Amino acid sequence: MQITSPGFKENARTALDDAPLQRALGNVRKGFIEKRAKASAALPEFDLLRDNARDIKDHVLAHLDLYLEAYAEKVEAAGGHVHWAETAEDARRIILEICRQKNARTVTKGKSMITEEIGLNDFLEEHAVAPVETDLGEYIIQLRGEHPSHIIAPAVHVNKDQVEADFRRVHTHLDPARNLEEPTTLLSEARAVLREKYFEADIGITGANFLIAETGTSVIVTNEGNGDLTQNLPKTHVVVASIEKIVPTLDDVSQILRVLARSATGQDMSVYTTFSTGPKRDIDPDGPEDYHVVLLDNGRSSMLGSEFQDMLRCIRCGACMNHCPVYHAVGGHAYGWVYPGPMGAVLTPSLMGVDKSGHLPNASTFCGRCESVCPMRIPLPKMMRHWREREFSRNLTPATARYGLGAWAFFAKRPALYQAATRLAMAVLGRLGRSKGRFSAMPLAGGWTKYRDLPAPEGETFQAQWAKRRTAA
Amino acid sequence: MTSSAPQDPPLADNQGGGAPSRPKVGLFVTCLVDLFRPSVGFAAVKLMEDAGCTVEVPAAQTCCGQPAFNSGDRDDTRAIAASVIRAFEGYDYVVAPSGSCAGMLKKHYVELFEDDPAMKQRAEAFSARVFELVSFLTDVLGVSSVDARFEGTATYHDSCSGLRELGIQSQPRKLLATVDGLKLSEMRDSDVCCGFGGTFCVKYPDISNKIVGEKTRTIAETGADVLLAGDLGCLMNMAGKLKREGTAIEVRHVAEVLAGMTDKPAIGGGRR
Ligand code: SF4
Repeated sequence: MQITSPGFKENARTALDDAPLQRALGNVRKGFIEKRAKASAALPEFDLLRDNARDIKDHVLAHLDLYLEAYAEKVEAAGGHVHWAETAEDARRIILEICRQKNARTVTKGKSMITEEIGLNDFLEEHAVAPVETDLGEYIIQLRGEHPSHIIAPAVHVNKDQVEADFRRVHTHLDPARNLEEPTTLLSEARAVLREKYFEADIGITGANFLIAETGTSVIVTNEGNGDLTQNLPKTHVVVASIEKIVPTLDDVSQILRVLARSATGQDMSVYTTFSTGPKRDIDPDGPEDYHVVLLDNGRSSMLGSEFQDMLRCIRCGACMNHCPVYHAVGGHAYGWVYPGPMGAVLTPSLMGVDKSGHLPNASTFCGRCESVCPMRIPLPKMMRHWREREFSRNLTPATARYGLGAWAFFAKRPALYQAATRLAMAVLGRLGRSKGRFSAMPLAGGWTKYRDLPAPEGETFQAQWAKRRTAA
Repeated sequence: MTSSAPQDPPLADNQGGGAPSRPKVGLFVTCLVDLFRPSVGFAAVKLMEDAGCTVEVPAAQTCCGQPAFNSGDRDDTRAIAASVIRAFEGYDYVVAPSGSCAGMLKKHYVELFEDDPAMKQRAEAFSARVFELVSFLTDVLGVSSVDARFEGTATYHDSCSGLRELGIQSQPRKLLATVDGLKLSEMRDSDVCCGFGGTFCVKYPDISNKIVGEKTRTIAETGADVLLAGDLGCLMNMAGKLKREGTAIEVRHVAEVLAGMTDKPAIGGGRR
């Protein structure tokens, strides 16, 4: 996928002018927030569970190498295969190799952000393998030739009418008289088409919400059941997951699951939580004959031990973006790559370099709402600030901002000089703005006055007035 | 103004246990109040003096350092923080009429001195004595009502840092409820950011404008005559937008109303 993160500002501008998108974003703002609030309020131990979830992941990250090894052993003991992929390219190559071995023409896919991260669909298509997305949202954006704009609601930027038009365009068998106005009829139409694909597919590819070290199990949570069909019907199941998805035990998973769906959609649990361990055994009535896991690093191991390690606790619930005023304003595509919102603002620079994605950690008001809802208690604003520190120390901060900041800091560090200078400046500004009380334009303050007036200062600074009051007393 | 026993004992003071009988408070004015709206500073002084404090204003203060801190400039932030800590040693409390600046002083100074144990210790002692104005009145001094009058309907915006870093939400509402003549009409999503975000609003003006536009819509829906909040940055942002939209809603810092000092023109308002 083409990376447009460097053009964040232009992307944002376009998004702000996109009326249908803005309407769609209105739904994010309401629905998700209310549902999460209700679900968390209904569970008295919710905040304790968050602490617990954080501690479980912190423990894993401190011993990640050991848990990864233990996990891989269990997978192989169950008859599965583990592939280690250091880069996105490695992962793509490994997956294509499996496709070739199986002579695969069609692969069905469960929803997976990691396969977005490695750009798997385009790559497979280039190599004559047809990927078919089976999650409804993913299916819709695949029809549209787009990418997800949200990590759990990939098509949240699309409205119903657009989906109907896309279906009529691609599902040429459709009777023009068929009513597709209701979301449920759209869903059943998608189901009917996908049902056949499940049987055609040679390989099913899914992501994983968790990998359990004690059992070698991969876990996915879905609401449509598409993941189960994707991984059970084809002869081969390939799990693609990043290394930080590990949790030690089944018990740990059940604890984190209690905060995942509540934070994401406000459900107590997702409709389906599916555990898979190795290929089908003799006693199993169905399941894949072959089971592969591709474990992707792609820059994550270099986050370990850095100020960004906490980010690896993320369970991709999407709560941070659901509560982010910047995401609400511009939507997910403006961020220019796979991961949007606050989690993307921290993760994207880690994975692709802050030189290409410097806007992301800067485009935050630090309102802190993301951190306040993150089930894994990830200090997102703090880590965005760490990215700004890296940019500043590497001289990546724009020159004008640096210069302005330098001049300001020079005065801020010298109170006497500062007070003398500001006393004069405020007296002048106060006089100029006195009658109206505000300025509608101001040199050097165009960023402010483009959209809002600048309230005028009262005139004499507090320090000047206080000094007078003291001498008078 | 009436006081009852404080609900929570003060976190720390130099006398060892219990609030000093006449606490000595160093007012951290904040740069925006100093430069743009000194009335807020005087309202803060009045509120604390009425509650029995001795208030002083150290001259060696400029800004809390957030512009540098949030731009990734640690060295300048550290220098500013060190001089603030020095200027405010010797006070029982350090109080700021801003949740954002108080949050900076209270929640972020310590982490600046991770590599300097002696300074870190001073920063910890300092941070423990820092409070935001309204929560200082209610939670530390035990103030439960104010002696002020304001005729009209107000709506209150919860500024982000005060709300999420310091837990300020009920305190201003509790005191506003005791202002004679004032009716509070809550806005939807009062806890959602106004789009100010310090330098954010000039670095990303298009996005900031979208966010503040949502905010002014929810403000207008309340039918309030006056918008109140505890942070001048947010207030200037919202006032600037309301003025640009041509709305008649006045904008004031909550301390002005609590202190009964609303004779000056409102923020962004001309002479009457
Ligand atoms: S950062 Fe936290 S809130 Fe955001 S997706 Fe990850 S776990 Fe969820």
